[in-house]
Amino acid sequence: MSNTYTRITSDSLWSNNIVFSQTLGLCPTMAVTSTATNGLGMGLATTAVLVASNMIISSIRHAVSEEVRIPVYIVIIATLVTLVDVSIDAWAHDLYKVLGLYIALIVANCAVLGRAEAFAAKNPILPSGMDGLMMGLGFTFALTTIGAVREILGTGTLFADAHLLLGPAFSFMELKLIPDYKGFLLMILPPGGFLAVGFLIAGKRMIDRRRARLAEVMQTAAPVAA
Amino acid sequence: MNFEKLRKQLYYQVVLLGGVTLVTTAALALADKATSADIAAAQARDMQQSLVQVLPGKYDNDLLKDTLVLNGPNGEVTVYRARRAGRVEAVVFKVSGNGYAGPIDCMMGIDRNGHITGVRVIKHKETPGLGDKIEPAKSRWIYAFDDKSLGDPPVEKWAVKKDGGVFDQFAGATITPRGVVKAVKGGMEFFDKQKEKLLDEGNGH
Repeated sequence: MSNTYTRITSDSLWSNNIVFSQTLGLCPTMAVTSTATNGLGMGLATTAVLVASNMIISSIRHAVSEEVRIPVYIVIIATLVTLVDVSIDAWAHDLYKVLGLYIALIVANCAVLGRAEAFAAKNPILPSGMDGLMMGLGFTFALTTIGAVREILGTGTLFADAHLLLGPAFSFMELKLIPDYKGFLLMILPPGGFLAVGFLIAGKRMIDRRRARLAEVMQTAAPVAA
Repeated sequence: MNFEKLRKQLYYQVVLLGGVTLVTTAALALADKATSADIAAAQARDMQQSLVQVLPGKYDNDLLKDTLVLNGPNGEVTVYRARRAGRVEAVVFKVSGNGYAGPIDCMMGIDRNGHITGVRVIKHKETPGLGDKIEPAKSRWIYAFDDKSLGDPPVEKWAVKKDGGVFDQFAGATITPRGVVKAVKGGMEFFDKQKEKLLDEGNGH
């Protein structure tokens, strides 16, 4: 059983990463990743929705029929997103001012529906929750990385305004990496999002290929060593 | 329950989808009830903060309750009035200008003598790095309006320098400050025209 969880973890975080491998959820990805902080916030909010939607959908998987499953999933996901939206607005209003625009975008994230369909509908509750958590963290990792690249190149800072998201204790994260940087506007604007995502996906492919080649070499070398 | 068999029935689809919708709607209704008061309070706090920013000084009434709805430069506008001992000392209202990427909403405060007490942009979609210098966090540009009135500078000088006025434009972005200046000027003219109503005077006293 623990094997399942290990596989879910490595699958979600790297080899089947929502953004870098499945290239799902690109609409919210492009929209929010102008800074690393925004990416982190959007990632965490999406993770919360993913865990809840996966677990709820998994718990009713025997009752849901093939024919109406998609509307059922969509209604559940949209409801969860709205619940998260109004709760943050009411009880963490300062955070809402930073994230408010983006939370509604989670509904448009096909990755949430994708996990419901591909995993939660066929697996028990706990693994489904785990899948949601890990896929969410993988998404968070991707968004934060893209945001960091765009922010560093675009404005020369990293994790600007992190204290608005995580509280004043985290203002140490706010770095000004390049002093007197004039800024590179293109990276903050939408084209910068496409550029960053493109190069990061290419980079991930390169790492994967190198690892595969290394594994191959190890395999062919093994009999000789024996 | 034997879901295998049930799931194939036509009526089951209706019951299932209807049931799920019913449950989720109920959840949303409950959540709305639980949060609406807190959300309204938070928004009132935001409003209060934006009012205080454009209206330094002490007043003894609740601005959020002392309002007046008039026909302003951009349609109906809610005016918040600050009083001391019953006399209206200043008014705050929202004006809107045309920016490079859509409307720019500003809050502006004017004291009873027609001098600006402050202007803040509360909502805009201008280009980051170019047009967003209208935010006080990015540049001090918006403070140039403080203490100005319709005679100082003269009306024809209420424009950006490129158009022969006194207000700076930004390198690479003229449309944004032009829109803000025009909006603020519109607000000043509105104050001038509606002064009696706004200051609660001239109605038989």
